[in-house]
Amino acid sequence: MGQKQYWKGLEELQDSAANQEKLANEFNEPLAFDMSESLLNATTPRRDFLKFLGFSTLAATLAASCEMPVRKAIPYAIKPEDIVPGVPNYYASTFNDGGDYCAVVIKTRDGRPIKIEGNELSSVTRGATSARVQGSVLNLYDTARLRHPHADGKEATYEAIDRQVQEMLAGNASKPVYLLTGSILSPTTKDIISQFTAKYPNAKHVVYDPISYSGMLLANEASYGKRALPSYHFDKAQTIVSIGADFLGTWLSPAEFAKQYAAGRRVSAKNAKMSKHYQVEAMHTITGASSDERATCKPSEMGAVAVALYNAVVNGTQPAMSPKLNSLIMKAAADLKKGNGMVVSGSNDVAVQTVVNAINDKIGANGSTINWAVSSNYRQGIDADMVALTEAMNAGSVGAVLIHGVNPVYEYHDSKKFAEGLAKVPLTVSFADRMDETAQKCKFVTPDHNYLESWGDAEPKTGYFSLQQPGIAPLFKTRAFQDSLLMWAGATTTYGDYWKNYWMTKMGSQENFDRALQIGIVEPSGEMAMGGAAFAGNVADAMAKIQAKKSSDIELVVYQKVGIGHGGAWSNNPWLQEMPDPITKATWDNYACVSPERAKQLGADLTGQNEVVTAKHVARIKVAGQPDLMLPIVVVPGMHNNVVAVAVGYGRDKKVGMAAASSDEAGNKKGGKNAYPYTTYNGQTFEYSNAATIEKTDETYDVAITQTHHSYEHRPVVREYTLEEFSKDPEVLLKERKEELKEFVALPWQEGAEEKVEEMSAEELEKNFRINGTLYPQYEHPGIHWGMSIDLNSCVGCGACTIACQAENNVSVVGKTHVLKVHEMHWLRIDRYFSGNPADPDSIQTVFQPMLCQHCDNAPCENVCPVDATNHSSEGINQMVYNRCIGTKYCANNCPYKVRRFNWLDWNGADCFDDNLYEDYRRDGMNDDLTRMVLNPDVTVRSRGVMEKCSFCVQRLQDAKLAAKKLNRPVMDGEARTACQQSCPTNAITFGNMNDKASALYKTRREEQAERTFYVLEDIHTLPNVNYLAKVRNTEEIVAKGKDDILAEKHI
Amino acid sequence: MYRKIARNAFIIFAVLLISNFSALAAPDGKALFQSNCASCHNPIKDATGPALKNVDKTFPSKDWVYGWVHNSSAVIASGDKFANDLYNKWNKTQMTAFPQLSKEDIDAILSYVNSYEPPAAATPVAGGETAQPESNGWLYTIITLALLLLVLILWRANRTLRRAANEKEGVANEKEIPLYRNKTIIAVVAIVLFIAAGYWMVNGAINMGRQQNYQPRQPIFYSHAVHVGINEVNCLYCHAGAEKSRQAMIPSPNICMNCHKQINEYTGEKEHPLYTAEGQHIDGTAEIHKLYEYAGWDPEKKDYKRDANGDIMAKPIAWTKIHNLPDHVYFNHSQHVKVGQIQCQRCHGPIQEMDEVYQFAPLSMGWCVNCHRQTQVQFASNDYYSIFQKYHEEIKEGKRTGVTVEDIGGLECQRCHY
Repeated sequence: MGQKQYWKGLEELQDSAANQEKLANEFNEPLAFDMSESLLNATTPRRDFLKFLGFSTLAATLAASCEMPVRKAIPYAIKPEDIVPGVPNYYASTFNDGGDYCAVVIKTRDGRPIKIEGNELSSVTRGATSARVQGSVLNLYDTARLRHPHADGKEATYEAIDRQVQEMLAGNASKPVYLLTGSILSPTTKDIISQFTAKYPNAKHVVYDPISYSGMLLANEASYGKRALPSYHFDKAQTIVSIGADFLGTWLSPAEFAKQYAAGRRVSAKNAKMSKHYQVEAMHTITGASSDERATCKPSEMGAVAVALYNAVVNGTQPAMSPKLNSLIMKAAADLKKGNGMVVSGSNDVAVQTVVNAINDKIGANGSTINWAVSSNYRQGIDADMVALTEAMNAGSVGAVLIHGVNPVYEYHDSKKFAEGLAKVPLTVSFADRMDETAQKCKFVTPDHNYLESWGDAEPKTGYFSLQQPGIAPLFKTRAFQDSLLMWAGATTTYGDYWKNYWMTKMGSQENFDRALQIGIVEPSGEMAMGGAAFAGNVADAMAKIQAKKSSDIELVVYQKVGIGHGGAWSNNPWLQEMPDPITKATWDNYACVSPERAKQLGADLTGQNEVVTAKHVARIKVAGQPDLMLPIVVVPGMHNNVVAVAVGYGRDKKVGMAAASSDEAGNKKGGKNAYPYTTYNGQTFEYSNAATIEKTDETYDVAITQTHHSYEHRPVVREYTLEEFSKDPEVLLKERKEELKEFVALPWQEGAEEKVEEMSAEELEKNFRINGTLYPQYEHPGIHWGMSIDLNSCVGCGACTIACQAENNVSVVGKTHVLKVHEMHWLRIDRYFSGNPADPDSIQTVFQPMLCQHCDNAPCENVCPVDATNHSSEGINQMVYNRCIGTKYCANNCPYKVRRFNWLDWNGADCFDDNLYEDYRRDGMNDDLTRMVLNPDVTVRSRGVMEKCSFCVQRLQDAKLAAKKLNRPVMDGEARTACQQSCPTNAITFGNMNDKASALYKTRREEQAERTFYVLEDIHTLPNVNYLAKVRNTEEIVAKGKDDILAEKHI
Repeated sequence: MYRKIARNAFIIFAVLLISNFSALAAPDGKALFQSNCASCHNPIKDATGPALKNVDKTFPSKDWVYGWVHNSSAVIASGDKFANDLYNKWNKTQMTAFPQLSKEDIDAILSYVNSYEPPAAATPVAGGETAQPESNGWLYTIITLALLLLVLILWRANRTLRRAANEKEGVANEKEIPLYRNKTIIAVVAIVLFIAAGYWMVNGAINMGRQQNYQPRQPIFYSHAVHVGINEVNCLYCHAGAEKSRQAMIPSPNICMNCHKQINEYTGEKEHPLYTAEGQHIDGTAEIHKLYEYAGWDPEKKDYKRDANGDIMAKPIAWTKIHNLPDHVYFNHSQHVKVGQIQCQRCHGPIQEMDEVYQFAPLSMGWCVNCHRQTQVQFASNDYYSIFQKYHEEIKEGKRTGVTVEDIGGLECQRCHY
């Protein structure tokens, strides 16, 4: 049996004694009571026993208090016509955060938004969402939001602020007024900004993106004469080369790209074709994990890689870089020349982007995979404008700064200078939703609505509009940013009216307007127009500039986490804080990512520390001109050995919120450090890397990493093949399965049965194994038999499903202290497996596997429950009944997939006992009455002492069945969808009724993807209702199949 | 001595066990009547169907009753004269078939309705207690006590006589031990008390959080008897959510005002005077005016009172919640009312007769489960159930007469708990 070598972390690979001990301790901590000899041997005299009995009976009686509370049932005073209590309403809207765009549908229950779904009608995002979009509903109920306007840090009224602002704007005609915003996608907002700038003639609008794409915008302007970003079509690309662009995680529009990318990589036995993806990166991103060929280089070498690729494409020149890079570049160049190629780069350097443009021009990408007919508006900031504004402020020549959507005091590379400049400006206004670092330094704060409370629109791509309608009336005394501008521009209209007029005029009639509002999008019909562009950039000059680029021994990369992004309100989102980072699997902190080799060089015991112990050594990262950055070291296989990477979005001010704060009220250090000060400005654009040195200190700091919390103890759970292997013999996996199961598909006395296995189809194999592999009786599924299929080839590990599940199912946030104790509650986790040689970052291949309750038809958890609190339904669901559970945890012990979660403490105040709620400061916002409005009323909030796990979103299934019954027909395929399935940007999850032969699930499992179908730990006869589709990598070698198969040798 | 105690204890246990088993084995006529028949029949009054008390004496035979209850249309179709007369007398209203009721069940129902006595007072007893006094209960108690007393007297007399006889014959008497020091008696009393206390505690614990017969005073004396019983307002007019949502919905005051803009006084004082459960007389017109306060209606101007923004100055009414399920229970009205075609009265009782609403059903899990076991789904008429091919085949082959909620998984935990 060709076992492969996958490991969740270095500790698993090295399998030290400490790791084995950790694995043996299922619940990772001693029991909370004394188990010493003296206690166990103690005798209880009869009188004591009676005393205890009497006391506990009395205590229970008193605690339960036999009095029934008087409850009230309060209907509406005047019921809104379109609300039926208990029935959700859905509103199409638009998510937009400084250029991060998504067309969404807001689910509201009894007037409050509780869940965000993707809008499938949008041809831009096509229903895709990201973890942040899923988590955005929690930002609405953030307790740190400002509840009224502020003047000089004190509560004020809008009337007073309006009067003062208008006076100051009018009285200061000599000095220019600056409006500083993030990238604005809204056409109406842009109109209002121009009205405002027209009113104050020397007013200027500066667009600033904390994570900037200026380099691309400027390079495109020089190359194509357009200061714009093109539309990318990853689905049309046969060859994708990414030079440091994390386009599946954080680059430009990851949800949109993930959707396209997955479309180009859906491989089946009948259609064994997929795109080929080359990734060159400095650190390890999820895009690198999905790539077919991956090599690493220092960030300063990205330009050189682009140049080498250009030379290889144009002249066929052999590059002279690292061996893996050399071969990757030559292969990529050859593939790119075949046509339908695409090169993208995450660099913010104009020269690098110019060379990338030149390559795309040479390979004919423009017009085939890169579309210049429809440009993207996601980012518009020009870094030099921001730098000029800071200079002008410091020179005292700025009359007013109005800041919306950005937070330069935190995000700007030289934030000290910005803050000093801001102090010299007479009128400073912030529209921030919370007292963030910049708002604190502004004279006035007129908080903007949350996006779920406001009207608006967006034009993510030229000609492709999407409307934004509120899901709830503003919770606080906030005012739309546009209303403030209109007011100060002296206009009498409100933004709501302006917006409505604008769109009514544009749509022509009430009917069209209503329709547009209902579907949420206004788009040209038909396929998106494609168009190229003529390249006119100066490649030679760009190459010269790249060559002049200095590199240093160790370089610091400042990156965005998939969950936290650029910072902003996300830093204070407990869901996103507790979402394990897809690669490091760390929560609640930022840290210094280094390669295993570098970690070893920093001190031999460092790797020992990083194996099992949660206390990580703190490293001192020195960058010239900046204070030393002290962060714990997290070892990440696949990082370049000379790179250290630190995420932004941490080290926030206390007023940003409790989850974000870098220190709590007592001054205890929490929540990481700010990495923005370590970015630089190169005279033209911001750079997100820097020369650095790193050294070890003796300090330690706990990092809550979930990667090896739930171990399979080396049992093989991932199946992976090269495209070549798979296309040569699509049944390669089926043969492996037959080999594993052949002894169990027939009864021992049946003759010649084992020989018959060879001829069995996958379906027959499963059927025979199901019947003959057990002594237990079979479950009948007379009506519906739910099942799920997860495609490992499509999954990019982005974590949208984890957060969608959390939002849908009221999954608790436990806080860092308890993640450290392996108490995290996520029903759906994404397991991340490395393979390859940790010492060689270029050899690392990474696979993601979403893991949730497998709803086994022969479930090991069910028959160990002493109170039958977990049992099986006739629809194939492994049911968990909270009110029956007594918390023995036997089921979690016996679950081979480790998907059951125990409520160790009262996370939500769901217990009937008062004062039992767990509090740890950072997650406490979750239990505020405001934040609790996000809870889904259809799902029980679990109390302390019960087990919980994935329910297949049974509330959605029941709802779909009920809707079908009311319509007098069976449930149609696709009507019942789980939250994870709906959120997935790559459609990796298929869910449906296996009894329905027309369902997508049946077709996937039995017809189209029968060859790739497998079940995790199938041979133990748990009969899961969740199957996986094997990963197929378009590469020459799956490194996990190497000869030095340490784990396989040990455990087989 | 100890053997004696043990024997006594054993006898007590045995008696308890036997009485328990017999309680389990005999079908509960009252429960069966209320869950199956009560929506159409009243024991003593004609309703949708005839009054049932002593109705069995008019029937041709016992077997006829079983056939009729199991499938009345078949009996009618068979040309049975009595059946057809009955059918015509009741305006050709067909009785629902109850094939799931066994003969014992039907007997139990009949014996229940035959022994039914109307409650002494028409108004429910205060404090939520609507327990109907059982007339012979007291009699039995008195007889039992008298008999016990007799036993005691006889025993004492016997004992005294024996002692006297012993003295006469010169046999030494045992030293007399007073009753309260008799170890056998102490042991028996202790065991009995222990069992009784346990029984009482377990029952108390099970009933904790349940509030059958709960009948609180409401902010407005809203009489369902007047609205539904006398004026025949459809339940769904006010409780519009019952067919659409998990909540049946208490109507907001503006729904009330649809009618009460016109109806501003209570005119039924003579025919149906209103009394609270405590017997206090209620002025219906004053209650309507309470509604006007909440709805923001000015009965003089016949218009809504509005604030500066032109919004109606309505206040929500804080009703006291009567039917309450624990948070871990998911109940959906539309599933039962729209899909299951269950009458409201099945769970809410004779709501059309209630001036003040009380909780009719225990709303316990056992009560839910019992109904799910007995109730048939709309198997033939709703196409949703076409996916259950196995049952369809069994019905075709005659192996099965109907499909209950239980058969399609209605007893599985996650139908109600998630």
